[in-house]
Amino acid sequence: MSKRIIIDPVTRIEGHAKISIFVDDAGNVTDAEFHVVEFRGFEKFCEGRPFGEMPGITQRICGICPVSHTLASAKAGDALMAVNIPPAADKLRRLMNLGQIIQSHALSFFHLSAPDFLLGWDSPLAQRNVFGLIAANKELARAGIRLRQFGQEIIEILGDKKIHPAWAVPGGVRSALSKEGREKIRAWLPEAYATTQVAFDLWQKTMETHQREIQIFGNFQSLFMSLVAPDGTWEHHGGKLRFTDSSGSIIADQIEVSRYAEFIGESVQNSSYLKSPYYLPLGFPEGIYRVGPLARLNVCEQMGVPKADAELKKFKKLGRGAVTSSFLYHYARLIEILASIEYVERYMDDPELSSEYLRADAGINSLRGVGASEAPRGTLFHDYTVDRNGLLKKVNLIVATGQNNLAMNQTVAQIARHYIKGKDIPEPLLNRVEHGIRCYDPCLSCSTHAVGQMPLHVQLIGPGGAVLNEAKRG
Amino acid sequence: MAAKTLTIDGKQISAEEGATVLQAATEAGIVIPTLCHLEGVYDVGACRLCIVEVTGTPKLLPACTTKVAEGMEIKTDSERLRKYRRMILELLFAERNHVCAVCVSNGHCELQTLAYSQGLDHVRYEYTFPKWKVDTTHNLFGMDHNRCVLCSRCVRVCWHIEGAGTKNVSGRGGKSQIITDLNQPWGEAESCTSCGKCVQSCPTGALFHKGSTVGEMERDRGKLEFIVTAREKKQWIATD
Repeated sequence: MSKRIIIDPVTRIEGHAKISIFVDDAGNVTDAEFHVVEFRGFEKFCEGRPFGEMPGITQRICGICPVSHTLASAKAGDALMAVNIPPAADKLRRLMNLGQIIQSHALSFFHLSAPDFLLGWDSPLAQRNVFGLIAANKELARAGIRLRQFGQEIIEILGDKKIHPAWAVPGGVRSALSKEGREKIRAWLPEAYATTQVAFDLWQKTMETHQREIQIFGNFQSLFMSLVAPDGTWEHHGGKLRFTDSSGSIIADQIEVSRYAEFIGESVQNSSYLKSPYYLPLGFPEGIYRVGPLARLNVCEQMGVPKADAELKKFKKLGRGAVTSSFLYHYARLIEILASIEYVERYMDDPELSSEYLRADAGINSLRGVGASEAPRGTLFHDYTVDRNGLLKKVNLIVATGQNNLAMNQTVAQIARHYIKGKDIPEPLLNRVEHGIRCYDPCLSCSTHAVGQMPLHVQLIGPGGAVLNEAKRG
Repeated sequence: MAAKTLTIDGKQISAEEGATVLQAATEAGIVIPTLCHLEGVYDVGACRLCIVEVTGTPKLLPACTTKVAEGMEIKTDSERLRKYRRMILELLFAERNHVCAVCVSNGHCELQTLAYSQGLDHVRYEYTFPKWKVDTTHNLFGMDHNRCVLCSRCVRVCWHIEGAGTKNVSGRGGKSQIITDLNQPWGEAESCTSCGKCVQSCPTGALFHKGSTVGEMERDRGKLEFIVTAREKKQWIATD
């Protein structure tokens, strides 16, 4: 008879989730499941709304990555209008997405994950958080918070608000980059670079001391998917889809985002409100693929900016073919922060970002429109079907965290198998299991189309449902 | 015309005979909250937000349709009035689906502004979450019944400023709705001249320019007043 360990909820992630770990009589872990326990229903209640409202409505899915939703939604709107948006609008949307990547990645690295590997898995629980980080290394914590602020300021400079800016619209954007905004961003660049360098130095040391984690925190074969430029350069808002495998080979390339449904299937499991997308040609669950920073860096051939390209070379050496350890999502995130800062710097010298022609105008020219953008956590799809008056008949959102669902399950099982033996489960071991989830920086608000601070509840359940052991914190 | 002398909030004022209490108060610089009132068209007393206390009358009377009288004593602000005004606003919010955060009129909405000014931080009544449709059949404008407060401003400007008579009210009570012609889709309403006066008149996000996104609908009510002044007084003067 088997037993079941439940971690509920999982902490330091964005949203509410729990983990079940199944244990046999010998105390060996047999399986693990990551459950998302929220239900949102955006796809349903958006039906009947005018498509122009969607960038405003869908960004309310989340307070961390509203920009990702508003941009993907605006892109889907462009497709419904069948317009090419003004070049300046495309650049401005990209600039905001770079700000979003910087702020979200900085949050994931400094606020949520760094306490584990900088303070230690076994450090006192009450200290293992961003406040503990502040106590241990005030300057580092401050720099991390400021780096996140840099990304948020870019968003605010463009969209008037750090969170939920009403700015990207079908056909373009509502306002250009102001002169003052440009100067403010430019002045912040040296500090952003310096903080990123500090993070890289820290990460190099972390990799030396965390070889075991690299081996067992989600190290397995899978496919990887992201948007990529026509020449294989890293892409975050535009381009087409590419799938690669663990050997690094391209298995599908330059796929128009509107054709996503031919390549991505969505499986629904009873244990979670999170759907599990898979690569359709390989079927479920063999078609497991990963998205997000690790995937984007595995998929692309170069970053397109010098400093990040030098780091990408080092990163690519960490795998034979693709880099397969999910612990290295953290590294990939830092490289993307660096690349984003470099791209932001480039834009600061581009006069087009001050253009007044920012919005293409058209009615409904296509009854279906798909928009995709790289959210910090991976590729985000918004797929709208409208009637001829532009009212939504069907909405399908495929979010990054969903696409990593199968990989998160495997990661949790791999870590649990390695660390959990028998009935007694010390809290720090469970923290390692949770970290397996944190590697992916899942956003459960988005993936269920909620937010909160979570205590942790762990149960070891024996045959017949009896609770054999229980640990609570928070 | 004879002048009437009355007291509003302790202030002695005089007003022309036939003027409404709202007009007299506005003239004297006293602000009474309104929603269905719109400069340029006649008043109907639909929203009841402008209710005032009149000494000697147990009922609360709407300032917009109550005529001034000699010796009238009026209070425009009291605990009782604030209570009722708040209740009216709460009922309006509960009756339809007002979601400010994603509304085209966010930041420029009279209902939202009134709610802030009356200290409405929550609604005590259960939201009814009715299922209302959005009409985007017109090539320029849209009508979202979810955001309609049934003030009938659009109906009055359509009939009495434009003279087209396209907009009407159908139904009873909470099920009332603004219709175009004989309840056809707006895009098929033959009488509509597409003048857009109704869109300028709307206090909420119910009527909007198609393609508007969050907070983008700003109205220019001055245009309506301008037209009325031009027509009635033969004066082409911008109000601001």
